[in-house]
Amino acid sequence: MHKDNQPLIFEMTKEGRIGYSLPDLDVPEIDLAELFPEELVRDEAADLPEVSELDIMRHYTALSKRNHGVDSGFYPLGSCTMKYNPKINESVARFPGFANIHPLQDESTVQGAMELLFDLQEHLKEITGMDEVTLQPAAGAHGEWTGLMMIRAYHESRGDMKRTKVIVPDSAHGTNPASATVAGFETVTVKSNEQGLVDLEDLKRVVGEDTAALMLTNPNTLGLFEEQILEMAAIIHEVGGKLYYDGANLNAVMSKARPGDMGFDVVHLNLHKTFTGPHGGGGPGSGPVGVKKDLIPYLPKPVLVKTEQGLTFDYNRPESIGRVKPFYGNFGINVRAYTYIRSMGPDGLKAVTEYAVLNANYMMRKLQPHFDLPYDRHCKHEFVLSGRRQKKLGVRTLDMAKRLLDFGYHPPTIYFPLNVEEGMMIEPTETESKETLDAFIDAMIQIAKEVEENPEIVQDAPHTTVIKRLDETQAARKPVLRYTKPE
Amino acid sequence: MKHRYLPMTSQDEKEMLEAIGIESIDELFADIPEKVRFKGEYKIKPAKSESSLTKELAALAAKNADSNRFASFLGAGVYDHYKPIIVDHVISRSEFYTAYTPYQPEISQGELQAIFEFQTMISELTGMDIANSSMYDGGTALAEAGMLAAGHTRRKKILVSRAVHPESRDVVRTYALGQSIEVEEIPLKDGHTDLEALKNMIDDNVAAVMVQYPNFFGQVENLKELEPIIHEAGALFAVSANPLSLGALTAPGKLGADITVGDAQPFGIAEAFGGPHCGYFAVTKKLMRKVPGRLVGETVDEDGRRGFVLTLQAREQHIRRDKATSNICSNQALNALAASVAMTALGKVGTKEMAVQNITKTHYMKQQLKGAGFELPFSGAHFNEIVVKVNAPIKELNDGLLAKGIIGGYDLGRSYDELDGHMLVCVTEQRTKEEIDAFVQELTAKVQEVGATHA
Repeated sequence: MHKDNQPLIFEMTKEGRIGYSLPDLDVPEIDLAELFPEELVRDEAADLPEVSELDIMRHYTALSKRNHGVDSGFYPLGSCTMKYNPKINESVARFPGFANIHPLQDESTVQGAMELLFDLQEHLKEITGMDEVTLQPAAGAHGEWTGLMMIRAYHESRGDMKRTKVIVPDSAHGTNPASATVAGFETVTVKSNEQGLVDLEDLKRVVGEDTAALMLTNPNTLGLFEEQILEMAAIIHEVGGKLYYDGANLNAVMSKARPGDMGFDVVHLNLHKTFTGPHGGGGPGSGPVGVKKDLIPYLPKPVLVKTEQGLTFDYNRPESIGRVKPFYGNFGINVRAYTYIRSMGPDGLKAVTEYAVLNANYMMRKLQPHFDLPYDRHCKHEFVLSGRRQKKLGVRTLDMAKRLLDFGYHPPTIYFPLNVEEGMMIEPTETESKETLDAFIDAMIQIAKEVEENPEIVQDAPHTTVIKRLDETQAARKPVLRYTKPE
Repeated sequence: MKHRYLPMTSQDEKEMLEAIGIESIDELFADIPEKVRFKGEYKIKPAKSESSLTKELAALAAKNADSNRFASFLGAGVYDHYKPIIVDHVISRSEFYTAYTPYQPEISQGELQAIFEFQTMISELTGMDIANSSMYDGGTALAEAGMLAAGHTRRKKILVSRAVHPESRDVVRTYALGQSIEVEEIPLKDGHTDLEALKNMIDDNVAAVMVQYPNFFGQVENLKELEPIIHEAGALFAVSANPLSLGALTAPGKLGADITVGDAQPFGIAEAFGGPHCGYFAVTKKLMRKVPGRLVGETVDEDGRRGFVLTLQAREQHIRRDKATSNICSNQALNALAASVAMTALGKVGTKEMAVQNITKTHYMKQQLKGAGFELPFSGAHFNEIVVKVNAPIKELNDGLLAKGIIGGYDLGRSYDELDGHMLVCVTEQRTKEEIDAFVQELTAKVQEVGATHA
């Protein structure tokens, strides 16, 4: 990465330059003042950039060089499954027949797209063990909210109006409680036990007639499989609640255990994680939701169905929770996920999980002597180290994460889950080679040594990036959220 | 198992198992209870090679009628616009598309700066103080506007104009249900929001009034006349605006909007069968700390060098959990980047020119339809869309048009009972005079033919 600041595009602007080529106006010109009331005609042009095409390309090329992606280097960001994003996916999503079709075209003119969606649903049903799948939700959190709204509709349809609470483990993703709130529920936290798993006694304490659902990630955010999943399912089902599966960690269990077989009633997946979306710098994602039979009537509208005349969107769903998104979900991401699944096949997906888990356990054991490992047992696709030992020497996990930047790595997820002190959550994924893992392990070990011998180098890190640590307090106290032209 | 995405060799596997101190990979899964263990393989289609899968999916794509091969007159919220070719070259740079949320600012300055520029461009176009880094789409952005307003005003009712996109209204209702917010629809008058009806409906229980600008029928709502009615009642004024139209129309921020949302799809984003597109969310300064989603802010590093970070994160789910203002996490960052590149390429001059072209060509279409004897029920000026009374089943007309290489308009009877037999026709700058003339000619012929069949 080079160190010169890249000017904002607004600082490169010069009146008179253009970067576009519009079609010719081949119809008579008109005067807007004759068509619209004066107050609705814009009198001052929006101050957008004025730059040439080469200026634009150089600007964004410079920005891209100041950004780290999976293609730039290892990116073991826990819970995010930063695996390789296959290039065939990008090509397929750009086929004119997928990229340039309109959602409201007559269904007879988009049967190819609908076939792809239908077949993707069939594949996801088999992979999750659920009875029906909707591809509507745009991302994981959107899927969580959709699933919870369905659970709410299910309870209410039975006249069961007292189910106001959603139970969430203390190690859960932040979206779980937030989605519960948006769906109109109150959140109750269930504690983890000393093994890092849900404390069954505490679960028995918090469940009741007011329980709408328990949201679980399995393996959980510590990368540990909830061995007592059937007991938990029984506890929830006993009181009439539903079991919700947060699919962020599905990469750990493909072909090994299906949420549908573990007793889950609703599942969301993150197609941008397990199924190579890609992540896009923060999105777009796709968050399909799978359900068991008794929840099918509540699926969001429309539902894609097969008829003798072909595929059609069914809007006549009287018990549906309604629409969760305009049109049919993030189709372009669904195309990429479908392409990925078809590239892997059943044996490929099984190998994905096996190698993801093997890689994680290998790293965990190699790093164990140098850091604290709060939960010492086989992990699944990710594991969480604690920086407790280093903290005692005056170096925080944040410092070690920043030091990793000097080695060209994206750091792990840090300070999450909340039940591990100075946590570092590492998820290597299956697409990384042993050489890459070994090099990262060496870097981590070197940093652990530096903490003992030369802590300043870690505390002052990063040393090689385009900027140093940023003043986040100033950013929040005096927010500057847009560029303003100097007077 | 050998696969181009899986670098594991049998030698690697052996060494790694040894390092872990186990005999086989299966041991790593021994903690999965026997009862829930999945045995065997998924019953899904076998893997295909790169060439063979590409061929199969190309054939599937070719079954669809795309707007490269057909002249599309379909809009209704998703548009076939000029996409500067440079957009795809920028978003194909994998430093952008293979990264995730920029939590480590020192190695994410590219993404952060690009989003800061996006926020600035959306603020400029909408005339609002602040814009966030993106939402899923225009529909969910409008729904979030409703939740923000209800939280801010502590009121539990929202009024939505019937001239707002029907699918967006549906999404607003679903979100409102979760929050126990009541939603009422403001009726139409001459294809606009009925101001008199609004005056009768609004009271001090109303958190927000939502209108679309230009509205679903392509009519330009007079925000200036709406504003005092809404603010007098203490409600927030939420506008769903097509950002391209703001190249030519007065910014909602200048006309009193408290929240402006919409979809940036007209700026360089593919139609893609309805998504992914790019919602945006812009507010006045006083609502800054209630905005859903991510915000990028400017600051300095230890050496005083300018840099960008995610900021005001105390609003967000990963910090505030059940007290967050919204549950949104992943957003539409890559499409916000696409929209930024398109807005940059079009720039100050091109954005206005493109907006004016859309108005001009729509006006031309209107004149031609009138000339051909069609009834156009709404009297106002238009952006992109026109409502045409055809008195014939739209599907039959569109089937006929398709045979002539034309994708026809939207069947308004699907969403408005009173507009059965009306087509919503869309014209963008992409449609040539020749195509517009052909559309009018073919539509006229087809209406006569279908009319004769039905008579």
